[in-house]
Parts: sequence; structure tokens; C-alpha cells
Amino acid sequence: MTRLAGIAVLWIALIALPWWLPLIGGYTALGSKVLIYAIATMGLNLVLGFTGGLSFGQAAYFGLGAYGAGMTLKYLAPSTPLALLIGTLAGGLAATLLGPLVMRRRGIYFAMITIAIGQLFYFVMVRWNEVTGGEDGLAGFARQDIHLGPLVIPIASSGSAFYYLVLACFTVAVALLWMILQSPLGHTFVAIRENRRRVEFLGIRVERYVWAAFAIAGFITAFAGALNALLFNFTSPQDLHWILSGNFVIMIVLGGMRSFFGPLIGVIIFVVAQDYLSSVTGNWMTFIGMIFVLIVLLFPRGVLGIFNRRAEAL
Amino acid sequence: MELLLFNAFNGLIQGVFYALMALGLALILSLNSVINMAHGGFLVIGAYLAYTLTPYLGFWGALIAGPLLAGAIGLVVERVVIRPVYKRVDPIYSLLLTFGLALIIEDMTRTIWGPQGLPLEVPDVINSPVSDVYFFITGYRLFVIGITAAAAIGLYLLLRYTLLGIRIRAGTRDLETTAALGVNIYQLRALNFGLGCIFAGLAGVLASGVLGLTPPMGNSLIMPSFVAIIIGGVGSLFGAVCGGLIIGLAAGITTTYYPAASEAVIYLMMLIVLVVRPRGLFGEEGLFE
Repeated sequence: MTRLAGIAVLWIALIALPWWLPLIGGYTALGSKVLIYAIATMGLNLVLGFTGGLSFGQAAYFGLGAYGAGMTLKYLAPSTPLALLIGTLAGGLAATLLGPLVMRRRGIYFAMITIAIGQLFYFVMVRWNEVTGGEDGLAGFARQDIHLGPLVIPIASSGSAFYYLVLACFTVAVALLWMILQSPLGHTFVAIRENRRRVEFLGIRVERYVWAAFAIAGFITAFAGALNALLFNFTSPQDLHWILSGNFVIMIVLGGMRSFFGPLIGVIIFVVAQDYLSSVTGNWMTFIGMIFVLIVLLFPRGVLGIFNRRAEAL
Repeated sequence: MELLLFNAFNGLIQGVFYALMALGLALILSLNSVINMAHGGFLVIGAYLAYTLTPYLGFWGALIAGPLLAGAIGLVVERVVIRPVYKRVDPIYSLLLTFGLALIIEDMTRTIWGPQGLPLEVPDVINSPVSDVYFFITGYRLFVIGITAAAAIGLYLLLRYTLLGIRIRAGTRDLETTAALGVNIYQLRALNFGLGCIFAGLAGVLASGVLGLTPPMGNSLIMPSFVAIIIGGVGSLFGAVCGGLIIGLAAGITTTYYPAASEAVIYLMMLIVLVVRPRGLFGEEGLFE
């Protein structure tokens, strides 16, 4: 019951965000960015926190989603839903195809291969100049209003309208992830994390489940990436760099990787801190680095882990 | 044909740097069970310290001092922040920790030495071309290859014949038993970490003679070094060296025919190796699988 109440309060706060965020010095696009990163990290956490696969190259699928959406708008058709669809498919299918290469690995080796694979896409986007804009990034596209029959959602001009689109997408993604985790599929993921060998002995093909988790996470992260390209009407190779992959992972650990909403908390803290630090100091990278070090040394369970040790049990 | 030779030789030099990086990374990976994301940071530290010390010690002194100082800083870093996370079973923590260190070191380098590139002066004795036709084969590049070969052979002799080397190899096989036999494994892992950082520092000094110094140079060399390890096979130092040379050559040769793919090609090679021979060229079967 308290859980439902908490979720209700969270969503009321999110719906009211365009009103209260500017009052405390924020801006609506920051809210959109937080929700987009929350979608990405909660998707990634399906692999990282719930299946126990250390995916450290998730930005690749985020970036593919972003480029997929941007290139659709720029070269194919001025349609927001189509851009989201193609972006999601681009990143998700890449993760699905590459899944078999990583699914057998464990621990550090899983991490190393996912990082290195991610760099492939980074260099493709940097060097495929004439189509992707190279180092400068892909610009020259803009999100388009969504037409639902006679109804027009003016996301092109209104930041708030786009925020509500993002919020709707966030709600769908959260519901989907929740349903997956409550299903036998989700329980198998957690069982693999807890004791991979035992699950194997039960006759379950662990590798296929790791693949499934990796693929689902890929689709969800790519979806977030597509939204991110629409938010800024821009995307750059930084959106698939391994630094962003590392940031995703630290956001999850910061919030608490064993809990469902942990990544959201981590994203809020990290994105706000980054936004603030980069506005007050040129050395913000050092501060972000110190956040990494301090979290690992002092708060390995994350914020939710400090307050709620039961979060471990989920 | 000459263009191909030119690019292949450039690639080989690049591959030497990858191999040096990969050697240090592989050492630390197998005994300390840490993917040292900050390895590029130690490369940069070695390179910039050598640059700063060159006016006082000369190139030759700096060539020795830079890597040793990188190793010493590695020892301190290991003692202060990395040792506390050995006991955590999940490798995510050491990964994030060294990731944070990589960001800090790159940013601090930029603050201390400035964001623009700096040149490392190489003595004329070894910097002139050895041939008029093959102008790109400078003495310095041959020198880089020679030093790297010497360092790799030195590491082999160390691991093969000294007490420290035998303990490192034993610890890589089975850390618990090694500890039970009375070896101080904390000290052992610290020394091993420092040793790995010396290799990073050496790569840094040698690379800055060819490429010049920039703060992000380490973080851009680290990814190919991962690929070198994956291609060569996790757990094999020989494999790491071969992997580094192979991808360097491949990137160089690709530059001749299709420059835009020169970076992507090494990742494609990695994918092919992962499909055809998942454990890598010289890797042990079943490790980390």
C-alpha cells in the first residue's frame, strides 16, 4: 500500500513538474532529460542489476537510437512516431544481433567485450561524415508535431508538450519493465543473477535468457536515445561514447542497482549534479570522477540501499 | 606499394603502443582481477612527467624516470583506493572506481599542463631517417620497437625466473593457495599493479615522441588495448602483444585502401575473432566463460 502511495506521489510530482521545476531554478528540458536517462538506465538495469550481466557499453544502443531517429527525420520523413520507431529498432536490433557474442561471458569479460563492441558504432558515426555529420554531430532535423486524427500535439514548439510525451513514454517503459520483472521471465533473470550454475542445472538455457535481457535492454535504451535526439534536435558521437556508458552505470549504482526505481534516483542526482557542476567549474570532470570514487568506496549500495536494506530482497 | 609500406609501418608503431598498454592491462587483469580503466591515465602521467623532467634529466633520464614515476603513483593509487575494493565480489566496483580515476587524471592533466598538444623533443641521434627512400623509418621508430621488445623480454624473464615473477604467476592461477603458502598477496598485487603502470608509463613516453602529448591521448589508446587483449586471448600476455601488433598493422593497412574504416576495422576484427574463436588467439579455454 505504501508502495502504491509512493508511486502515486511520484507521478503527481512528475505531472506537475513544468510548474514547480522552474521555481527551484530548473528548466523543463532538464526534466525531460532526467526522464529519458531514467528510461535508459532502468532498461540497462534489467541486465546489470537483475540479470547480473555487467554491460558497460550501453551508450552504443542509446546512440544508435538517437542517430536512427535523427536520420529518419533528416533523410526519410518528417514524422516523430516513425523516428522513434526506427531509432528503437536500430539500437534494439543491433543489441539483439550482438547478444550471442556476449551472452556466454561473465563478469569482467562481459564488461570488456560490451565496452569494446560499443566503440565500433562510435567510430562508424565519427567517420561516416557525409551522412552522420562526423565529429560535429548530426544536426539539421527537428521533431515534428504529432497528429492524432484531428488532435495535434504541439511537441515541436512547446517544451512542456514534449515533456509530457516523454513522461508518457517513461510510464509505458516503467510498466513494461515492471511486467517483465513480475513474469516468469523476470524471475528467471533474477535467479540467474543469484546463482547461475544452479539455474543451469535446472535445465534452463541461461545463455538464451542473458541474450533476452541484453536485447530487451537494447530496445529500451535505444528508445530513450531516440527521445534524446528529439529533445535536443541534435545528436553527436558523444551519445555513443564509452564515457556515457560509464555514466549510465554509475547512475544505476548511485541510486541502487537492486531496486526497481533506484536508477531514477541515481539519474536525478547525477544529471542535476552534472548540470550544476558544468555551470560553475571548468573542472567538472574531476568532480564527476570523484563522485565515482566516493560512491564505490562509501556507498556501494546506492542511495536507496542506505535507506532501505530490503531493496536487496527485490 | 610505398604508400602501403608507409601506412603498414605507421600501423606497426601504433600497434607497439597498443601492445605495451595491453601488456600492463593484462597483467593487472589476471592477478588483480581489475579492468584498469585508468590505465590510459597512467600512460598520460608517465608521458607528461617525462616531458616535464626532460630539461633536467635529458631525454634518456626522462625515458627511465617517467615510467618509474607512473609505477610509483600506481602503487599509491592501488594502496589508497583500489585495495579496499578487492574484497567486493562484483567486478562492477573496481570498474567504476578506475573509470572515475581516468576522468580525474585526464582533467587534472588538462588543468596542470594545458589542453593544447605539447611536443616531446627526441635527440637528433636517434631521430633521423635511416634511409632516403623509406623516409618514414626514422631511427626513433626503430628505437621504439627495440625498447618495446626489450621491455617485453624483460617482463618474460621477470615472470619466468625471479621469485616475484613466480609468485605473480602462481597468484594468477590460484590466489587463495598462494596466500595459504605464506605469500603476502596484498603486497604482491600492489607490486603487480605498479608493474602494469610502468608499462603504461613507458608506452606514454614512447608514444609522445611520435604523436606528441595531449591530455586525452591515454583514454584514446585504451580501447584498442582492450581489443588487443580480446583478440590475443584473455590470460595470455603473449597474446596481448600479438593482438596489439595485429590490430595496429590492420589499421595501418586499412588506411591505405579505405581510410575512413581504419578505426572501425579493429573492432570488426574483434567481432570476427569472437565468432570464430571466442577465447582469442592464445587464450585459455573456459576462462571467464
